Amino acid sequence: MTDLITINVRVNGVDYQRQVEPRLLLSDFIRHDLNLTGTHVGCEHGVCGSCTILFDGQPMRSCLLFAVQADGHNILTVEGLAPDPDHLHPIQEAFHEAHALQCGFCTPGFVMTLKPFLEENSDPTDEEIREAISGNLCRCTGYDHIVDAVHIAAEKMKEASS
Amino acid sequence: MKPPPFKYHAPASLPEALDLMSQYGYDAKVLAGGQSLVPTMNFRLANPSVLIDLNRIPDLGGIRSWNGGLSIGAMTRHVQVEKSPMVLDKLPLLYTTMPKIAHPQIRNRGTIGGSLAHADPAAELPALLRAVRGQVKAQSARGERWINADAFFIDFFTTALQPDEILTEVRMPGLPARSGWAVDEISRRHGDFALVGVTTVVRVNASGACDEARMVFFGVGDGPVLAETAAGVLRGEQPTAEAVQAAAEAAAEKDVDPPTDVHATAAYRRHLVKVLAKRTLQQAFDRALGKEVAS
Ligand SMILES: Cc1cc2nc3c(=O)[nH]c(=O)nc-3n(C[C@H](O)[C@H](O)[C@H](O)COP(=O)(O)OP(=O)(O)OC[C@H]3O[C@@H](n4cnc5c(N)ncnc54)[C@H](O)[C@@H]3O)c2cc1C
Ligand code: FES
Ligand code: FES
Repeated sequence: MTDLITINVRVNGVDYQRQVEPRLLLSDFIRHDLNLTGTHVGCEHGVCGSCTILFDGQPMRSCLLFAVQADGHNILTVEGLAPDPDHLHPIQEAFHEAHALQCGFCTPGFVMTLKPFLEENSDPTDEEIREAISGNLCRCTGYDHIVDAVHIAAEKMKEASS
Repeated sequence: MKPPPFKYHAPASLPEALDLMSQYGYDAKVLAGGQSLVPTMNFRLANPSVLIDLNRIPDLGGIRSWNGGLSIGAMTRHVQVEKSPMVLDKLPLLYTTMPKIAHPQIRNRGTIGGSLAHADPAAELPALLRAVRGQVKAQSARGERWINADAFFIDFFTTALQPDEILTEVRMPGLPARSGWAVDEISRRHGDFALVGVTTVVRVNASGACDEARMVFFGVGDGPVLAETAAGVLRGEQPTAEAVQAAAEAAAEKDVDPPTDVHATAAYRRHLVKVLAKRTLQQAFDRALGKEVAS
């Protein structure tokens, strides 16, 4: 048995203190220790992108980080995206409207990847969108509706900020 | 799958990290971005008993100008290089290469030092380092040394680093006058490791003849492969379409011995070597001669 290490981490604005084994993946910490099961795990080798979370604001693979490495850091998961329980985030609304999900397994990874992308680039081209989501696999939609949704989300986010 | 248990250290300074490296040696592995190490641990292909995490050491990252080129700290993330105006200015070859590496989420975490120390034969940066004659700094509790790229990459996932050494800095000199460059690769999907890729740097003399052509291929062997026969074909020649064609054929037939695997056959890879050699040589010579470069 390896030693347990105490970590302090902020997830979706809530501060947690937990004891973890060094080998615990951040994805498993989020899902099993914090019960935030919106972060999905598809491959555990960095290929599918369904485990994407924001680590200090940047999208990263939570399956390729250890929970101990999150000590002192700020994490956002899909559960923390919507402004309140009655409203979705504009990216989530746009996915809904454009039928950008079927089974939904990949969706949390896509929306977490897209949040900082759209905050930085309010008027992306199709090509920029495809580059931004190149690290996220979807087995259902064929991606076209996802690209449509990103355009709709960009409009919504522009309106909201103007 | 889940990684096997290990002891975890997150030293706050480089001397502390070097002490841990000399204490644990072969049992320890450095954890940089983790974008190559953690997948192999999740699949239990790697089983280090100690991990020494460099992410808490403050000053191992950063990009500075050096000798007309760049000095880059080992823990600099791919994304920092990708978005750096200084990199665009000093070494546009590196700037153009960065978006070809993996996906945005991986570039947010993966490091320059990690890519070089990992020495994946299909990776872009080891080939670039050889093409520009770069060097890396290896530090241990015993001291420090600089290693030239040509001596650094030894075999599949094997470098000249000793078990107690940490790669701390990379230097890439600026390209001399009348030089040109190009990088290209073919991969199954955008962001995947390349089936075959090449980084090409050429230099011409005052009359436009080729002084030097350095093509370094990735995805074709046990490391970044320098095409020496092709370089000999071009040396002293005017870079005509015929000379470029002859060099590309020499590269494909004599300089590489590509593998067959699930992704591609050796014959297909050899074909790609020829195509990419021709394409990048043309672009690089156009740049060296100040012509417009067709992309
Ligand atoms: C899906 C996917 C696709 C990818 N595609 C590409 C691609 O197309 N091209 C490409 O080049 N890479 C690709 N990568 C790999 C990525 O670029 C990695 O970030 C990089 O190869 C390793 O860097 P790292 O900082 O993550 O190193 P780590 O994973 O932390 O370490 C890798 C190895 O290097 C050692 N190491 C790391 N840093 C040091 C150091 N400073 N001193 C001594 N030893 C050290 C470690 O001990 C380990 O053995 C991909 C990765 C994934 C998951
Ligand atoms: S589960 Fe992390 S990338 Fe697939
Ligand atoms: S909606 Fe099913 S995998 Fe994307």
